[in-house]
Amino acid sequence: MNTRAIYLFAGVGMLYVLTGLLLSWNVSLNILILGLLSAIMALGVNMQWGYAGLFSTGIVGSIALGGLAVVFISGNPVPQAFAAGGWQVIFGLAVAVAGIAAAVAAWTYMAPGRLRNLAVAAILIGGFFLYRAIFDPAVERIEAFDPATYGNVGGFGLNSIWAWPVGGLFAAVAAWAIGKIALGLREDYLAIATLGIAEIVITAIKSEDWMSRGVKNLVGLPRPWPVPYEVDMQADPGFLAFCANWGLNPTTTSTLAVKGIYIVMFAIVLGVLIWLLQRALNSPWGRMMRAIRDNEVSAAAMGKDVKRQHLIIFILGAAVVGMSGAMYVSMLGQLVPGEYTPLRFTFLIWIMVIVGGSGNNWGSVLGGLLVGWLWLIVDNAGPLVMSAATAGMADGALKSHLVDVAPQLRLLTLGVALLLVLRFSPRGLLPEK
Amino acid sequence: MDLLNALVAFLNFVVIPAASYGAQLAVGALGVTLIFGILRFSNFAWGDTMAFGTMVVILFTWLFQSLGISIAPLPTALLALPFSIVITSALLLGTDRVVYRFYRKQKAKPIILVIVSAGVMFVMNGLVRIVIGTEEQNFADGGRFLISAGDFKAWTGLAEGLAIKGTTAVTMVTALLTMSALFWFLQKTRTGKSMRAFSDNEDLALLSGINPDRVVQVTWVIAAALAVIAGTLYGLDKSFRPFIYFSLLLPIFASAVVGGLGSPMGAVAGGFVVAFSEIVVTYAWKKVITYIVPQTWAPDSLMQLLSTDYKFAVSFSILIIVLLFMPNGLFNKGK
Repeated sequence: MNTRAIYLFAGVGMLYVLTGLLLSWNVSLNILILGLLSAIMALGVNMQWGYAGLFSTGIVGSIALGGLAVVFISGNPVPQAFAAGGWQVIFGLAVAVAGIAAAVAAWTYMAPGRLRNLAVAAILIGGFFLYRAIFDPAVERIEAFDPATYGNVGGFGLNSIWAWPVGGLFAAVAAWAIGKIALGLREDYLAIATLGIAEIVITAIKSEDWMSRGVKNLVGLPRPWPVPYEVDMQADPGFLAFCANWGLNPTTTSTLAVKGIYIVMFAIVLGVLIWLLQRALNSPWGRMMRAIRDNEVSAAAMGKDVKRQHLIIFILGAAVVGMSGAMYVSMLGQLVPGEYTPLRFTFLIWIMVIVGGSGNNWGSVLGGLLVGWLWLIVDNAGPLVMSAATAGMADGALKSHLVDVAPQLRLLTLGVALLLVLRFSPRGLLPEK
Repeated sequence: MDLLNALVAFLNFVVIPAASYGAQLAVGALGVTLIFGILRFSNFAWGDTMAFGTMVVILFTWLFQSLGISIAPLPTALLALPFSIVITSALLLGTDRVVYRFYRKQKAKPIILVIVSAGVMFVMNGLVRIVIGTEEQNFADGGRFLISAGDFKAWTGLAEGLAIKGTTAVTMVTALLTMSALFWFLQKTRTGKSMRAFSDNEDLALLSGINPDRVVQVTWVIAAALAVIAGTLYGLDKSFRPFIYFSLLLPIFASAVVGGLGSPMGAVAGGFVVAFSEIVVTYAWKKVITYIVPQTWAPDSLMQLLSTDYKFAVSFSILIIVLLFMPNGLFNKGK
């Protein structure tokens, strides 16, 4: 940390303080929570881009997979639905995975030729129909059970803090699969392929009702340990006595306290990650990654397995992003598939990384907090500002249109900010040393 | 057994929609492939360029409608196309001057240009949403049907109807004209030939005195025309929503990659390959099969390979298969 970094962090801190003073502390803390989450996501992306130079546009897919982990780990168990087809669904998916594995094995071990092509095609097509024959009836039975409240297979009902590592694991497995396929390709092909896989993940979460209730949204997911519920706090005599003693309003205090606990938890995760990452960056492994990023050919000549290292860093980065996705859903208490758009969760994170400073972990944190603030403040302050700006105008279609589209100004602003940084300060606000 | 009805149902629900969607993808993929061939990067702002062009078309359509100008039974949007092409060209040339040119002079890595194009995507997306909002806009006026299902049934006496929507006909004819004009331009004109030379071997083209700035400018103008036409045809056929155009990026990239990035002929073929696969895989075949097989064999299920929600999975799978096994595309084996 140098003086420049301290000034910049202090400046971003001022933004949050000003938000608290001018709007409300509730809004400010809310943005800070999401800013910290964005910082973790940006750290994951920075591992892929800043350490290894891999450009993935599938961030939103990792985030959504992390959210899905919360559904499985902490969702209410639905024993009737699971009994109706839970094992059969798992078996069906296992058949699908086995089919793909068999096809890959056939491709690897059979001699090239027409026989191999036919065998692979036969395994894939036969496997697909077998999978559908096992999977479809089970899904139908699960979705038939009380569709108004459930219609999903249910989860383990565990505390949602367990979902955080599992979210990372889900995203890591997906990253392994996509990395195996796409990492050997040219770099912009990786970008296109990851865009596609993310789209498929989002589609699955939106339309596989047995899993996540799809667009009906899965609500009522429990909060992670040790975050209390506001209503419980307000009913707690000890807390009420504490508030009365200090002359505080119990409602406001409890909401702020809950947010404060989230901030501490997320800050701890962020702190541990940064500590690990800084150590990794300064280790022989970190030097090797930078060597690979800066010159793949010479790193390969030194005997480094470039493809393998790319795959490892790709998986690790995705795991960090997936974990933050699980943290996000466990905090929201619901999975809203419609929220996962590439613009919000892929390209916005990219802007954070690049504006903050590619390759610099503190830069990613700064970018997450700064860009996250810019993005979210518009939700809260944008309509106010636009109403003030258009106050002198006559009421009419144009005025209401301007107030309606005010939040969209942020797309324009952030796009311009990204282009300016890329053009005039391509190493970002906090350049890599 | 009723083969004729099966054939009509197949044409009506598979061939005609796929041909029309394929033509839209083909025009869009031509733009991606041209930009890749000349400027050598995958343009992530392409979907939003299409959205911008379509938005301008919609604005002009509204203007013409309010002035009472119409070319019925053709949709008014066709009249608005040239105006939008001019404005979109100006936008793309301006973007190139302000944004892309700097990186081209620096000979920046393609991946940097991809990231830059993501920044441009944000700006264009913001512009579109600010001007026209995020709601759905339906701007197809013009004749609804060239042949309606009812007329077809009355005329042939078959149980199945064959409908050709007005927008399908407009799509096919416009796309055909656009592609012929583009191929004529690339094959026969001096500028087109210099563009192909530039795409094949930049250094050699520069040595033989081709002006790179001019090639790039012409490319952006053609790309603008293709974006406007592809976006408008898609919007007429379905409807216009800004975020749908972003998600068109995947099938369009898939089409361009299938044919081999940089190859115009391949992009056209790729558009149809992707569109036909998407519809064949997501169509519920029950109706067609019920006509073909004896009554006792008629299927109970929908006979649908994948639900329509997963249409992106189809373009993605095609993309992956091509990238893994034929990295230069189906029609580009020599390179």
